[in-house]
Amino acid sequence: MLRLPEFTLTRPESLDAALALLKEHGDAALPIAGGTDLVPNMKHGLFEPKMVVSLADVPELHGVEETADGGLRIGAMTTLASLAVHESVQRYPVLAQAASLIAGPQLREVGTLGGNVMLDTRCQWYNQTYFWRKALGYCLKKDGTECHVVKGGKKCVAAASNDTAPALMSLGAVLELAGPEGAREVTIDEFYVADGIVNRDVRQGELLVAVRIPAPAAGHRSAYGKLRTRGSIDFPLLGVACSFDLDAAGVIANADLVVTALQARPTRARKAIALLEGADTSGEGFEAVIAAVAAAARKQCHPLPNIPGDHEYRREMVPVYVTRTLRAALDEGGPVHHI
Amino acid sequence: MQNLRLNINGDSVEVGAPSHWTLCEVLRYRLGLTGTKQGCDKGDCGACTVLIDGRPVLSCIHLAALAEDKEVTTIEGLRPLHQAAGGEGCDPVQDSFDRCGALQCGFCQSGMILSAKALLDEVPVPTEEDARAALSGNLCRCTGYTQIFQAIERAACERAGLEPTKPAWAPESSEHEA
Repeated sequence: MLRLPEFTLTRPESLDAALALLKEHGDAALPIAGGTDLVPNMKHGLFEPKMVVSLADVPELHGVEETADGGLRIGAMTTLASLAVHESVQRYPVLAQAASLIAGPQLREVGTLGGNVMLDTRCQWYNQTYFWRKALGYCLKKDGTECHVVKGGKKCVAAASNDTAPALMSLGAVLELAGPEGAREVTIDEFYVADGIVNRDVRQGELLVAVRIPAPAAGHRSAYGKLRTRGSIDFPLLGVACSFDLDAAGVIANADLVVTALQARPTRARKAIALLEGADTSGEGFEAVIAAVAAAARKQCHPLPNIPGDHEYRREMVPVYVTRTLRAALDEGGPVHHI
Repeated sequence: MQNLRLNINGDSVEVGAPSHWTLCEVLRYRLGLTGTKQGCDKGDCGACTVLIDGRPVLSCIHLAALAEDKEVTTIEGLRPLHQAAGGEGCDPVQDSFDRCGALQCGFCQSGMILSAKALLDEVPVPTEEDARAALSGNLCRCTGYTQIFQAIERAACERAGLEPTKPAWAPESSEHEA
C-alpha cells in the first residue's frame, strides 16, 4: 500500500483564486487536474507538496470551442476521454487518436489535456518507490547527483512521454498560460526544452489555461502511432505524430513528423519531413519516398535506455511506426497501435 | 482532517478523513466497503475501479474530497441499486459474471464488473472489441479473460433478447440466491 504525503487540499472557484493560492504558497503548493500522474508520483515520494490546489472548479479551464478563424480552443481541464470523441476534434485525427490511446479507459475519464501537455518526464530510474530509489542512491532528476542512463551524464535525459505533445506540435498548437505576471502565449514548439528535469518552459505559479489549434487545411491528413508493451494503460515506448496537407493532385505540403518517448523533448524528424514535402502520393515513386522517410527518421532518432523497453528495439521500431503512421494518415485511417 | 460529504451507492454519507486520503482509502478504511480492492495502488491494475457519475474511475488515485457532490457506485451498491430500480436479485452484470464463472481468485472482479457495467450502460449490445477496449484497464492474472468477455456478451444479449453466441459456463438451472 502506497500512502500519499500529508497535504491540505484547496478548491478555488476562479482562475484568479487558483493563481493567488499558487503565488502565496510558492514551492509548497502544486496544482492538480486529473491527478492520474501526480498522485502516483506523490505516492512514490517524487513530489511532497504541503498544499494541493484542485483545478476542478475553475470555470476558465473548462470547455471546447471553435475559434473565429475556424480553429479550436480546448480548455486545459478537458478530459482525455471527452477529447477523443469530441466532434470538433475529429477534424484533427492525430489529436483525437493520440488522446484515445493515452493510458487506459479509467485514466482517460479523469486525466486531462492540460495534465498531459504538462506531464512530468519519465525514466525507469525515477518512476519508482522511494525505497527503490534510495537503494540506488537516487538519480539526477530527484535527490541524487548521478545519472543511471548515461554514465557520467550531467544532464537528465528522462523521456517526454505525453502522447498529445507530438500531436499538438504537428498541428502548430499555441498554449495559453496564466501566471502571477499575467497571461502569455507560447507555441508548443518553444514550450518543450531538452531538459529531463523540467522539460517545459513553465514559470513559477503558472497554469496552462487552454490549447489553441489553427484551422485545418481542406486536405488535412494526420494520424498517430503508439508503441507500448500492452495495448492499454502503458505510457508510450515510442510515439509518432504525422500531419500534412494533400492537394487535389495528391501532392504533400506542410508535412510534419514528430517522434516522442525518445529523450526529454519530442523530436521533429527534419530530414524525413524534407523528403515528404512536395512528394507526389499518386506517383509510382511514392513507395520509395516512404522508405526514404522511414530511414531518415531512424537515422535521426536515438532512443536512450531511459524508459522500460530495449532501446535498440525501440530504435528499430521508429521506421516501422513512421511507415505505418504515414500510410494511416494518407488513407485517413489510424490510430496505429495494437491490442 | 476534513468532513467529507459523499454520496455512496445512493446514500448520503458524512465521514471524517485526512485531505490526502484517496477515495479507495475512505471506502475501505472509513466506510468498511472492502469490495473495492486495493491492488497496485498506483493506477495500473484497475482493481479499485468504482463508478463516479456512472463513469469508471480508479479510486486509488482519486482524492476522496474530489468525489464530493458526485454519485459514487461501488460493487456493494449494484444489488441494492438494481432492486431499488424495481429489479430482482443481483445486478444482471453480477449475475452474468456468476453464471459464466468469470473469476478465479476474485480480486479483480469488482473492478471488472464495474467497468463492464459502465460499458453496458453506455452501449446496449457491445461487440467483443468494445468489451476488450472497455476492460483494457482491468488486469486479471487468473482467468485469461475468456469467461469475462463471455459474461459481458451474455448480459447484453439477455437484456436485448438475443441469443448469446457462446454458451454460459454454468448450467441455466443452477440455484441462485436472490
